[in-house]
Amino acid sequence: MRHIISVLMENEPGALSRVVGLFSQRNFNIESLTVAPTEDSTLSRLTVTTIGSDRVIEQITKQLNKLIDVVKVVDLTEGDHIERELMMIKLKASGQMRAEIKRTADIFRGQIIDVTPTTYTVQLTGASDKLDAFIETLGTTHIMEVVRTGVSGLSRGEKVLSL
Amino acid sequence: MEQLSGAQMVIRALQDEGVKHIYGYPGGALLHIYDALFQQEEVQHVLVRHEQAATHMADAYARATGKAGVALVTSGPGATNAITGIATAYMDSIPMVVITGQVMSFLIGEDAFQETDMIGVSRPVVKHSFSVQNPEDIPSIIKKAFHIAESGRPGPVVVDIPKDMTNPTDRFNYEYPKSIKLRSYNPVSRGHSGQIKKAIDMVLGAKRPVIYAGGGVIMGDASAELTELAKLLNAPVTNTLMGLGGYPGTDRQFIGMLGMHGSYEANMAMHHADLILAVGARFDDRVTNGVDKFCPTAKIIHVDIDPASISKTIQADVPIVGPAKHVLQEMIELVKGSKKQPGKESIDSWWQQIEEWRGRHGGRFRTDDSELMKPQQVIEMLSKVTKGDAYVCSDVGQHQMFAAQYYKFNKPNRWINSGGLGTMGFGLPAAMGVKMNFPDEEVVCVTGEGSIQMNIQELSTISQYDIPVKVICLNNQSLGMVRQWQDMNYESRHSQSYMKSLPDFVKLAEAYGHVGMKVEKYEDLEAAMTEAFSLKDRMVFMDIAVDPFEHVYPMQVPRGSMRDMWLSKTERT
Ligand SMILES: Cc1ncc(C[n+]2csc(CCOP(=O)(O)OP(=O)(O)O)c2C)c(N)n1
Ligand SMILES: [Mg+2]
Repeated sequence: MRHIISVLMENEPGALSRVVGLFSQRNFNIESLTVAPTEDSTLSRLTVTTIGSDRVIEQITKQLNKLIDVVKVVDLTEGDHIERELMMIKLKASGQMRAEIKRTADIFRGQIIDVTPTTYTVQLTGASDKLDAFIETLGTTHIMEVVRTGVSGLSRGEKVLSL
Repeated sequence: MEQLSGAQMVIRALQDEGVKHIYGYPGGALLHIYDALFQQEEVQHVLVRHEQAATHMADAYARATGKAGVALVTSGPGATNAITGIATAYMDSIPMVVITGQVMSFLIGEDAFQETDMIGVSRPVVKHSFSVQNPEDIPSIIKKAFHIAESGRPGPVVVDIPKDMTNPTDRFNYEYPKSIKLRSYNPVSRGHSGQIKKAIDMVLGAKRPVIYAGGGVIMGDASAELTELAKLLNAPVTNTLMGLGGYPGTDRQFIGMLGMHGSYEANMAMHHADLILAVGARFDDRVTNGVDKFCPTAKIIHVDIDPASISKTIQADVPIVGPAKHVLQEMIELVKGSKKQPGKESIDSWWQQIEEWRGRHGGRFRTDDSELMKPQQVIEMLSKVTKGDAYVCSDVGQHQMFAAQYYKFNKPNRWINSGGLGTMGFGLPAAMGVKMNFPDEEVVCVTGEGSIQMNIQELSTISQYDIPVKVICLNNQSLGMVRQWQDMNYESRHSQSYMKSLPDFVKLAEAYGHVGMKVEKYEDLEAAMTEAFSLKDRMVFMDIAVDPFEHVYPMQVPRGSMRDMWLSKTERT
């Protein structure tokens, strides 16, 4: 099953490489990974999506917790949570395709953020499967370039991941 | 406040940490530090002949004392030579601080002379690592390094120091922190009382319990507690390769080592147990054999300081995260205070069954199938001559398994071997590291003619520092363990397992200024060994010719259950 694991860690040089190294060393899979400092610049928040059996996920969280730089770990998918991913997608857009793309983008609540006579760049935010669905709807023929941030997420309600 | 250079701070911090010996080898990136070392006397430096040996010496010191050992190696090749020793310590959870030189900070990333990304190269085999970016940080980084290495589940820590951090002309305030707190690192100090209660309830209700104890009992200083609990419960105890000595080897309740080359009775008892109390052990693949067939009727209680070790390979029914010593103490109190006591009848009949297994002498060696001396006889003699009281530092191979099976360890921290990584070349430097710190104790290196040649250069270090260890080389003229697998699985095609052109070890020892002895007949063994140990202040190399065709038994059948064992070349359970 797919899990979203959120990691709060020291914003230290080398901390990220320890996390990434752990995944490759122990043969854990990484679907996506995002990382940035938090409101407290001494801390970074990392989100990794991974696929594995319950036993593998348990090992992933335990092994992450063992890293000295890691402050806290939570598997967001264990509870109610919100997840978002941002995508920018550059499309060939000429003739009647221009209207077609605009319409589809509207349906998905995307925004056109760059326009040239032959291209549109659409920005879309949502859960990963929504972004997948957008790509699928357009078909691959018009797509010139896709860039996705990977998943970020947090728990719903009062629950927080902090010191 | 005192003003010190970075180099002086490194040495002062080691003094303040109470370090007596460090093991190392100089080089360009370390010259400032070696100069600071020269100008003091508190910390004694031991100059090895290869950096791998420095790490093994530091590691063995830690295994014998429980305190972190310290190695000092230069950048580039010095650092990479230390990797095997760091990995060895990592796999066995041994506290160690390895200080590595690094090129000057402004050269990092430019492929400078003797530059290696040591933080990167060592990352998978350290508990943690630090790269010094400001000289002022040196005291706190060294304090953190010792704290991390020694607490929780111990392990090696690397401190990488660029040369310009140690400039003799740049001086800074020096103060060694008394204690250190890390917000991201808080090892547990006690087990969950509810879980411990639940566990003891199960233990007291068990009909066929087995206590399975590993290296965590040794490093966690918990062998007295383990022994007390086992006695209260009258339960059989088996040790892992790393745990030998954690329970007295000559006690009736000790049923031997378990696992791939475990005793017949230990493996049988594990297989038939209804309850396994695992303490400081990690259900490693050399212990469990086929995990799907592992101990089919047993409930499992798993006590470990590292939560990641619990339910990693075998699902625990009652997980208890905590230091072995505290958890066992709580268990002892609970058993003492409990109305419920172990069912006498069922425990007696369990012991009857175990004694019956023990009486079969499954997998014991024979002396009537060959004229040649058996390696096992040599270990039994060693146990006799040293009264089971020596520090035995082993290399890796058949000789290691024979030492584990036939030397009777009654005390913890005396069996020193590379269990997890299985590092040939570990034994001799390990013995040196122990002997330097316990000059009045007998310290032995049990080795093979293959392993000893992986760090034989240390015979020179031994001359320099007068380290009178005794080397017991079980010379079977082959890479015996490899050969055994080839006999069993490759129709005896001995591909590259034969050691042609062996040196004359007696002459070699003499060339370094030591005593060499060759023993070829069992009749001569006791006298020779007694003589060797009577030479208290001499290093003695005993080259002992043993049967090259001997195999280690029992040997578990691959992917079988615990009880599936070869007991001899022709006999199977
Ligand atoms: C550094 C290293 N290389 C290779 C091995 C694989 N290996 C395990 S045991 C062994 C043979 C050891 O030979 P020897 O030291 O003579 O011991 P014996 O088995 O003959 O008693 C080898 C090659 C190892 N454990 N370590
Ligand atoms: Mg050999």
